[in-house]
Parts: sequence; structure tokens; C-alpha cells
Amino acid sequence: MISLTIDEQSIQVPAGRTLLEACREHGISIPTLCYHPALEPYGGCRLCMVELEIPGRPPRLVAACVYPCEEGLVVHTRSALALKSRMMTAELLLAGARGVPEIEQLAAELGVETVRFQLAETNTCVLCGLCVRACREIVGVSAISLIERGMAKKVSAPFELASSRCIGCGTCVLICPTGAFRFDEVAGFHNVEPTLEGYRRGYYRASGEIDLRPDFVQDLPALLRRQGQAGEAKG
Amino acid sequence: MNRLQTLEEFDQWQLARQQEYNPDRPVITVCGGTGCRVYGSEKVWEAFRSELTRQGADGDLYYDVKVTGCHGFCERGPLVVIRPQGIFYSHVKVEDVPEIVSETILGSRTIERLLYVDPVSGEKIIHEHDVPFYTHQKRLILEKNGNLDPAEISEYIAGGGYSALAAVLRSWTPEQVISAVKSSGLRGRGGAGFSTGVKWSLCAANVLKTGDGYIVCNADEGDPGAYMDRSVMEGNPHSVIEGMLIGAYAMGVHQGFVYIRAEYPLAVKNLRLAIQQAEELGLLGEDILHSGFDFKLSVRLGAGAFVCGEETALIASIEGRIGEPRPRPPYPAESGLWGKPTNINNVKTWAAVPIIIRHGAEWYARIGTEKSKGTLIFSVVGKINNTGLVEVPMGITLRELIFDIGGGIPRGKAFKAAQIGGPSGGCLPAEHLNVKMDYESLTSLGAIVGSGGLVVADEDTCMVDFARYFMTFTQQESCGKCVPCRIGTKAMLETLTRICNGEGQPDDLEYLEELGSHIRASSLCALGQTSPNPVLSTLRYFREEYEAHIYEKRCPARVCKPLITYRIDVERCTGCMVCLRNCSGGAIQGEKGQPHSIDPEHCTRCGVCRNLCKFDAVLVA
Amino acid sequence: MDISIDDIDRIINQEAFGEGSLIAALEAIQMRYNYLPSEAIILASDRFGVPLSQIYSVATFYNAFSLKPKGKHCLQVCMGTACHVRGSPQVLDRIESKLGIQPGDTSSDHLFTLETVNCLGACALGPIVVTDGEYSGQMSIQKADQLLKTILRAEVKA
Repeated sequence: MISLTIDEQSIQVPAGRTLLEACREHGISIPTLCYHPALEPYGGCRLCMVELEIPGRPPRLVAACVYPCEEGLVVHTRSALALKSRMMTAELLLAGARGVPEIEQLAAELGVETVRFQLAETNTCVLCGLCVRACREIVGVSAISLIERGMAKKVSAPFELASSRCIGCGTCVLICPTGAFRFDEVAGFHNVEPTLEGYRRGYYRASGEIDLRPDFVQDLPALLRRQGQAGEAKG
Repeated sequence: MNRLQTLEEFDQWQLARQQEYNPDRPVITVCGGTGCRVYGSEKVWEAFRSELTRQGADGDLYYDVKVTGCHGFCERGPLVVIRPQGIFYSHVKVEDVPEIVSETILGSRTIERLLYVDPVSGEKIIHEHDVPFYTHQKRLILEKNGNLDPAEISEYIAGGGYSALAAVLRSWTPEQVISAVKSSGLRGRGGAGFSTGVKWSLCAANVLKTGDGYIVCNADEGDPGAYMDRSVMEGNPHSVIEGMLIGAYAMGVHQGFVYIRAEYPLAVKNLRLAIQQAEELGLLGEDILHSGFDFKLSVRLGAGAFVCGEETALIASIEGRIGEPRPRPPYPAESGLWGKPTNINNVKTWAAVPIIIRHGAEWYARIGTEKSKGTLIFSVVGKINNTGLVEVPMGITLRELIFDIGGGIPRGKAFKAAQIGGPSGGCLPAEHLNVKMDYESLTSLGAIVGSGGLVVADEDTCMVDFARYFMTFTQQESCGKCVPCRIGTKAMLETLTRICNGEGQPDDLEYLEELGSHIRASSLCALGQTSPNPVLSTLRYFREEYEAHIYEKRCPARVCKPLITYRIDVERCTGCMVCLRNCSGGAIQGEKGQPHSIDPEHCTRCGVCRNLCKFDAVLVA
Repeated sequence: MDISIDDIDRIINQEAFGEGSLIAALEAIQMRYNYLPSEAIILASDRFGVPLSQIYSVATFYNAFSLKPKGKHCLQVCMGTACHVRGSPQVLDRIESKLGIQPGDTSSDHLFTLETVNCLGACALGPIVVTDGEYSGQMSIQKADQLLKTILRAEVKA
């Protein structure tokens, strides 16, 4: 067991826990956006920053979702530094997500009063990566991924068309915190009727047969068939 | 070349090469670094080859022509040094070659017009070792660059190369190697300045636990304006290979990678050739020199992403993934490539290792300052007379670097600032010219050593525009994973752009500082964490320039286009019509022989007229 | 250029030495075809056993890869700090306006692709423009005009 101090509380956790896990186990709440207990922590949204006290040096902010618990750590989850960081991050998120209820609410909770910067476009997707990571780690098909980089980064199926590996499970839609995820944009040719009440916003009606570009193929067998060659496909 | 099977065979082979190599043998060394090649040095050395034959200088007076790596004095290329005397010719053209052969090679006379002229004394300098650019340097890593053919492993070995490896394999334990690197005080030359010996010992301990690991050379030199790693890889790739062999032995690993930018084709070529030759000789591979030690080295190319210079992004890239950094801990020494302990060091760090082993840790520790040992290589570029690569002992002052070695600012302009460390770095204004160049001194002033890229700005550089340039770069290179860097740097860039366009608001400076502070504290990786540095540093030292842009809508350096106007001085204008004919916006009017005028509505501020005007009649306000 | 599955397969096998040579294979294909055809991305996914979405991520993340065929002539303007301070933005602006394209684009006649590059390491000669691998140093607006004229003249002759 590891002993550490969080918000002046002495806490014991088994080895291998992250700070966030330790906090959640002991009723200390920290806001998160890109974290999900069923997935490997990502460390992308930076909302879960907490302050580490380091003797003889200025304090440092670390992401609680990825930072491992270590013996003797002294952590403050609600210090001025940590709260300010969360507020600034929320302000930046809102700059690109005005009118998205979940982000508006998050920002309000974290004390954002004015948004001093505006991105040209509003996007419901906040690039938390949950959909992509769930598709890869839980569902195991990696139908979608994050493409491009920087401000151009976005969630997409290969070639920005429908994905042939999608099995129509709807995990991406369920896990999306802002409801940005449109099922019909990815699943395409799967015909799935939603039955669970958990789906939100009515985006989830899967469309019927999508007309894939006839000259476009997505997997190797189809490619080779088209080429008229007898190739060997491994996977 | 036959494979050398034992340490004894290596010693004998080295001795044989040394006996073949006569230091008094006449050699014409032509710089073959990328910079000089752009100047046309390839044609120059081809001309030497044919001219020597034509004039009969390749018989009894056997002159060799050798293409070497980058000599470092890039401003004066193509560089030709005639050895062993060391006669130093600069700006050599193909047309000069016949004369050089007949006068200097065959005739023992120097050609005045090709000699370097000291700008202060006006003196013509004949020998390389008297050129001030070189005399102030302490070239340890770059020492061989002017006299080594990187395509010939025998030359490297004749010069003492791979002796350090042989000594280590013969009689050092891995612990002794790590101890030597620790006591030398060598700190990572990639920018962070972490103790190399300590880093190695951490990795070595983890390799013991897991039984396997990797070493990597970070040759993804992405800082724009820094090219010393390129020059080391082009000019002396074996120095890095030898360093990595010694490091692998010390840490108990058997596989290594060099991750190198694809934008450096010559360096890639020379490195691959060097590895091939080392393998042929048996210095890479299995049971090296019958020591029982195996090491395999492979090359991996970068694919155009600055972020891959960051350790964890680099690891992801080698693994075939996108270059997104991973949170640390765990550090690569614990879990790196494919989850195994991995030690990543910069090119210059690896190249320093054989030097330390050969000369001794104490010898190395005598160079530099108390906490910063050894030498630093700076690429001194921008508004400077002597653009080039400079290797100096730690602790030299910025003033010496800029003026004694750099030759000062061109056209008599005033020095304004030196930006050190690229997009992660800060700038130092004139008031800090006496700062010692070492890790701690620079950090205390808001700058960093970083890659060693040193860009000089003069009175005509707008520091706001300069900061914006770096923020533009960061925005293009951000991987986009974390919010503070992805969106925060965009917010900073847009604010800076508004300020440069004359749309700045009084609150902007406070916002930039607040945002900069946030991005530094909360970003996932060092790219994001250091990205506000150029802005924060220029705000610290040049706040009045920002304020002029915001409150007076004025750019003091007269760079920011929306804030300047081009005007023709009617007193000076002769009406030659040259500017009129070349105006990209069709904004200049006037008759031949009559003073011209510029219509500000159509003027694009491209600057062509000012460049072309022989009468200095174009004014910018 | 015709896309040959066999050819791409051969390149992949050649580059598949040891782990993590996906990027090397893609670079070799990019060099051969001047872009990454979708066939190559699909083949790479199969041969390396990596999901197609991941290969596509890699292909779009790195600057070295292009998913659209590049133009006949590739012009790269160095935007490194030293070149910037010596006036590369003006050179870039000029080329942009003469060709009517932005960095990253190919002209509609497929003759030119314009790109920016971050530091080629030849800072003494800045600003630098690389045309089809050939370096031109100390570029100015006038020299940029001249460069474009020379290329176009050669095209007209051919």
C-alpha cells in the first residue's frame, strides 16, 4: 500500500493507482472530460490538473488521470493554481464550442465568466478521443481514428468515408460526452434500430444502405477482386 | 575491407592506416556540407579533380582532393582549405580553380582576392588557424569536420576513431563507463540539459530488470535555424556511431536506432554509408571484435513532424504511430520503445562520448563552468556577418559569440536581440550581452540553451512579428492532443496577429501573459509547455514595442505591413522608373526623369522598390 | 502513373525489416508515386496487420505524406527562422500570388505544388527555395519571378 496526502487527507491506496483513481475512491471530485474508467487514461483534456507540492521547488501541475500515486506525495486538488488552470482550459474549450450545452455547463461550473477568444467555427466535437479509444480498446475494430494534427485534428473513418470495419455497436455514440457523434456518418451501411433510452439527441438513427462510391474499396479482398488478381489476404 | 575479428586485429588495422596517412601529404579539402553545396561546391571539387590532372599536379606532387563535411563558416562558402599549410580560401568559384592550382598548388603563392579579410583590422588572413571565426572556438565535436571524408571509415580510424570503443571493450566494465560519463558532467545536448550519466544509469538499472532495452539517437533536429546535428551527421557520422556503441555497452542493450529528419538527405546518405562500412569491418553486428558484445544500429526517417523531436512522440513514430506524446511518468528509461527501457540522447551528446572516454572525464570536466561542462555548438544565423556553426566552451559570453566570432551585425546596424533555443526559447536583449552561455545563466534570464540555435535580430526586426513567427510554427506543429496547446496557442497567435495588424486591444498583453502561463503549466509535453516562451520573453524585454503596436498603431521596426507606408523621397528620386516597372501592385506612378510617387491604396508593402532603388529614395515609415 | 499492387507489395516487403518500419514503407511509396495512393494505404494495413484507420491517421498526421498526387514541379520555400528574418515571407507571398495557390496546394494545371519547409539547415544562404530537390539560395522577389519564368519556359519547350 502507498501512503500519500490529498487535500490534507492521509490516504492509502494499492500500488498502481493513479491520482484520479485515488481521489475517486475517497470521495474527492475532480472534473474530467476525456477520462473513462473502462479506457486507458488519455491525458488530453487537461481538466484534471492537480497541484503537486515539491519540497524546495515551486509547485507543479500534473494530470491526475495519468499521474501514478507515489509514496509521500502531497497533492492539492483545489488550490488556486489548479482551479485557475481548469478555468482557463474550460475557457479555451468553450472558445470552440459555444452553445454546446455540456461545455457551457462545464465552463460555468469551473468559473468561466467571459470567453476572451473565439474560434471561427463552433464544433460539438471537443476531441476528447473517447469514441476512437473505445472503438479500439473495448470494441476492438478501430473503425475510426483521429486524423490530421493540430487545429485540423478530427475524428474520421478512413478516407473520410464510411468504415467497413464498423459493426454498428453504437459505443461511440453512447460514450460521446457532447453528443457530437453522428452514427449515420460512420456506420453508413449498417441498418441498426436503436432500442436503448440512453441514446441522446436523436442523431442515432442509422441510415440505410449508403451509396459507397462505386470505384472505392475499403479492404484488401475487395481491392484484389477489383484488380482481378489472386492475392493473399492475411487479415 | 575484411571483417576485423579481434581487438588485436583492430589495433593492427588502425596502426596500418595511421602509417599510410601522412599528415604532411598535400590535400585540398573542399567543404561538402549542404550549405556549401548550395553555393556550388560540388562543381568546385570536380573542377579541382580535372584541373589537377590537366596541369600535371597528380603525379609526383600527388595532391589529393577530399570532400569533407561542413566546416562551419557557412557565410563564406564554398570553402577550400589547402593542407597541410592550412591556406584558407573562401567564396571559391569554379573559375578560380585553374588559378588556385597553378598559383598556390604548383606555385606556392596565395591568391589575395580569395583570402579572408578581417573586418576590423582590414588584414588579409592566410591560414585557417588564424581566422578569428575559428580561433575563438574550441572544436571538440566539430574538430574533424574540415579534414575528414565521411565516406571513408579508414580516415576516421586513422585519426583515432573507434579507439575509445576498443579500450572500453578491452578493459572497462559498463559501470566504469557510466561513472566516467557522470563525472565528466556531460549534460544532454538536446536542450533539457539532464545529466547524461544519471540518465544512462537509470536506463541501465531498468534493463537489468527487464533483460532488454534500446538506445536511440535523436537526430530530428527540428528547430528552424539550428543545423549542427545535420553537420555532425553529414561530416562525422562515425563519431555518433562510436558513441552509441559505447552507450549500448554501458547500458546492456543490443539494438539502437537513429531517428533522423528526412529533410536532411545528405546526412541520411552519409549515415547509412557509415553504418554499412562499420558493419563490413565488424564494428557493428555480433560479437564485436570478439568481445561477446552485440549491437545492431538502424536508421529510421522522420516524416515531417517537429513534435517527433520530443522523446515520447519520437518513440511513437518509430513504432509506426502518429507522433503524439505520451504522459510521463513512466519515463522512457523505464518504459519506452515497445514498452522496454529506452535511452534517447541527442546527436551531439552521443558524439561527445568517445571524446570523453579518449581524453578522460577529468579533462572534459575542466572545460566549461562549474555546472555546465564541455562545449556547446551554436548555429549563429540571422542578422549576423559570420553565419555558421560555432563550437565554444560553456561560459563564453554572448558578446564574444556575437561580435568576436559572429563578426557583428551587417551593414552597421544595431544588435537588438539574440533568440536562443528556437520555438521553445527566449530572447536576450543588448543589456544581457555579458551573460555567460550556460544552462543556469540562460534559464535565469528567461532563455534556454535548447538546440543551440541562435538567431540574431537587429534594429529592423520587429519583436512582435518575431514572436508571432514562432507561434505560427508551433500552431503548425502542435499534435493537437491537448487543449492548452492546441487551442491555447491558436488564441495566442490570433492575438499576436491582431496586434501586428493594428487591431490590438489594451487587454491583449495581460491575456497573452495569462494564457502563456497557463499553456506552460498545463500542456502535455515540452512542445506545448515551452511554446509561450518567445512571446513571454519578448514581452519581458520589449514591452514598449508591443505597446506601440497597440496604443499608437505603430511598428517601431517598420515591419508590420498594415502599420507602415512606403513613400518616395522626391529629393533623392531620379525618376529612373526601375521601381515602377517592378511594382507588384502597380502602385507607383511617374514619368521618366520625374520623381515618382507611391499610391498607398495599391501598395502591398512587398519591399521590391526599396530593394531595387539604387538611390535610397524609398522610405518606410 | 499506373498503380501496381505488385509494385507496392514489393516496396513494403523491402522496407519491412524489423518492427516499426511502417513509416519507412510509406515514405518509399510516397517517393515512388509522388503521393500515397489509397491502394497503398489498404495494402499497408493488410501487410503490417495494422487497422486501416491507424494507417490513415499516420498518412494524414505527417507532412511528408500527400494523399493527392503532387504537381510536376515541387517548390519548397524554407520558412526557418534565419530565412524568415532575411525575408522568406515576401518570397513566399510572391510565389503564392504568381501561381495562384497556397502552400500545400497543387496548381490546377498540375504543374506546381507549393510547400513550406521548416529549416533545411543551409541558413547562410537564406532565403532558400528548393525546386525538385535543387536548392536556390539568397532568393528575393526578383529571383523568385526568374525561377518561375525559367521553369515555365522549359515546360513550353517540352
